[in-house]
Amino acid sequence: MPTTARCAESPARDTVGRVIEVSGLTKRYGPKTAVNGLTFTVRPGHVTGFLGPNGAGKSTTLRMILGLNEPTSGTATVAGRPFRDRPRGLRHVGALLDAQDVHGGRTAYAHLSALARGNRIPRTRVDEVLREVGLTEVARRRIGGFSLGMRQRLGIATALLGDPPVLLFDEPINGLDPEGVRWVRGLFRRLAAEGRTVFVSSHLMSEMEHTADHLIVIGRGELIADESLAEFAARGTPQSVTVRTPDASSLTAVLTAEGASVRPDGDRALTVTGLSAVRIGELAFQHRIMLHELAPRTASLEEAFMELTADSVEYLAGDTR
Amino acid sequence: MTAPTITARPAEPRARFRDLLAAEWTKLWSLRSTYWTLLLSGLAIIGLNVNAAVADHHNWPRYDADIRAIFVPIWAMRDAFTQIAGLMLMLAAGSVGAITITGEYGTGLIRTTFAAVPARRSLVTAKLIDVTVVMLGYGTVVAGASFWASQAILSGRGVGMSIGYPGAFQAVAASAVLAPVCALVGMGIGAIIRHSAATMVVTTAVLLLLPMCFTDHYRWTADIKHALPAMAWGRLIDLGYGRFGFTVRRPTTTTEAWIVLALWALGAAAVAITVVHRRDV
Repeated sequence: MPTTARCAESPARDTVGRVIEVSGLTKRYGPKTAVNGLTFTVRPGHVTGFLGPNGAGKSTTLRMILGLNEPTSGTATVAGRPFRDRPRGLRHVGALLDAQDVHGGRTAYAHLSALARGNRIPRTRVDEVLREVGLTEVARRRIGGFSLGMRQRLGIATALLGDPPVLLFDEPINGLDPEGVRWVRGLFRRLAAEGRTVFVSSHLMSEMEHTADHLIVIGRGELIADESLAEFAARGTPQSVTVRTPDASSLTAVLTAEGASVRPDGDRALTVTGLSAVRIGELAFQHRIMLHELAPRTASLEEAFMELTADSVEYLAGDTR
Repeated sequence: MTAPTITARPAEPRARFRDLLAAEWTKLWSLRSTYWTLLLSGLAIIGLNVNAAVADHHNWPRYDADIRAIFVPIWAMRDAFTQIAGLMLMLAAGSVGAITITGEYGTGLIRTTFAAVPARRSLVTAKLIDVTVVMLGYGTVVAGASFWASQAILSGRGVGMSIGYPGAFQAVAASAVLAPVCALVGMGIGAIIRHSAATMVVTTAVLLLLPMCFTDHYRWTADIKHALPAMAWGRLIDLGYGRFGFTVRRPTTTTEAWIVLALWALGAAAVAITVVHRRDV
C-alpha cells in the first residue's frame, strides 16, 4: 500500500478505470419500483452529489453499484466491470453505506483487520486509516459503545482501507459533529483532487452545496437532473428582487407596465420578478419614486432542489394520499 | 496528516482463499461470545457426563448382577455421553454456527463484508471451513474429555472402558463430529432465515425436536428418524445396539449413520453457499 511517493498525475490518465456507469438500472420489489431506468455516469476528479428525497432510491442504487442487490434490469459497472465480478473489492471501491453495518461486539481494530486481511491489505494500513479518521485512541474498544459519529468515522476508515480509486458514501454526514462535518467535506474534496471518483448521497441539498461539484438528482427512482452545481442552481425559482418603497402603488404600476410581475410582500415591500434590480432602480429614478431597499434575491440551491423534487417526494408530512 | 495516494498504484495482489480463511478466523475469535459459548457449554457437557459417571460409581454396590453384566459397554458408554449432554452439545454447536451467519445479517455487517469481498461463495466457504475446524476441535476436546473423565471415574469400580474397547473410538469420534455437523446445520438454517431468534428456534427444532416427532413404527417414519443427525449420533454411541438380547425393530448400520452425518454437513454447507450467493443483502 503506497502511503508516500505521491507524484503529480494527469487527470486524463486511467480515468476510465474510475468511472461509475449506470445504465437503464431498474429495481422492483414486487409491485413497487424502487429504481426506474436510471442512467448516469460518475466521473473521477469530482465530488458528485447523489441527491433525492427520502425513499428516492439512492441507497438501492448504491447497493446495486456494489453488487449487493441484483438489478431487475439494466447494469451498473465500476471501471467497466460489474463490481460483483471482482473477487476482492476494497482496492477498487471504498464504500460507506450505513455506519451501522458493523458488529458491535468487535473492536474497531479487529473489524478493520479482518477486512484488510481478506483483501491482502497490510495491517499497517489499518493503523493509518484509524489515525486518519481520528479513532486511534478508541481502536481497541468495542464498536457497540461507539456514537453514531464514531461509527461514521469507522465507516470512512473502512472505505479508505484499500486506498481505492472510487469511493461511495451514503449519507456520510449523519451523526457527525460540526468539526466532523468540516473534516468530511475537506476529505471528499481532497480525495477528488487526487483524481478519485467520489460519489456522495444525501437528502439534504445544503450539504451538497458545500461539497459537490456535480449533482445527480433522483426522485421516485427516476433521474431528475444530472448537471453541474452551477447549472443546477440556475434551475431554481427565477431571480426576484425585493423592493421596499413608501409608494408601492405607483411603483407597481410602473413596473407592471414594463412587463414585470409584482407581488406585495408584507408592509411596503414588493417582490418583483422579470426585471433586474438595476432596471428597477432606473425606473424608480425616472419616475421619482423613493426606494428604501432594493435587494436582488438569488434562489438557494435548497429551493431549486425542493422545486425540482416537489412532485416526487415519497413521504410527505401531513400527506393524506 | 498523511494523504493517501492513488498514483504509483501497485498491481493488485492475486486474491487468495487463505486470506479469507484468515479474515474469517479473525472475525470468529474477535467476538467474546465465541469464547464464552464454547467454554461454558464445553464445561457443562463434560460436567453432565462426569456427574453420570460419579452417580454410577456411587450406586455401583446396589446394582444387581444383570446390570453389572452389561455395564460395560452399555452403561459405561452412556455415562461418557449422556443424552442430555448430547442435546446440549447439539444446541451449543448449532447456535455457534447459526450466529456466525445471522450475526452478519442481523447487524448489517454482511453488506460491509460483501462490499469488501464480492466473491460471496468463496467467503461463505471460508466461513464454513473455519467454523468446521473450530467445532471439530471443540467436539474433540469435549468428547475426549467426557470419555476419559467418565471412564477414569468408573475404573474406580473396575468398569471403565479403554478407548481400545470395540466401538469406543467410533463413539468418541461420532460425538466429536456431531459438533461441526450441528454447527453447519445452524449455518445453513441461518443463511436461509437470517434472523437470529427465528434461526435458533428452527435449528433447535430440527436438531432436537424433530427426532421426537417420528417413531420407528412404520418404515417411512423410521427412515426419516434415522436420517436425522441426533439419531445417527445415537446409533454410533450405542454399543449395545442389537446385542445382549436387545432387538431393534428397524436396524441401521453404523456406516449409514456416518453417511447421514456427512450428508447433513455437506447439504447444509451447500445450502448456505447457494442461498447467500443468490439473494440480495
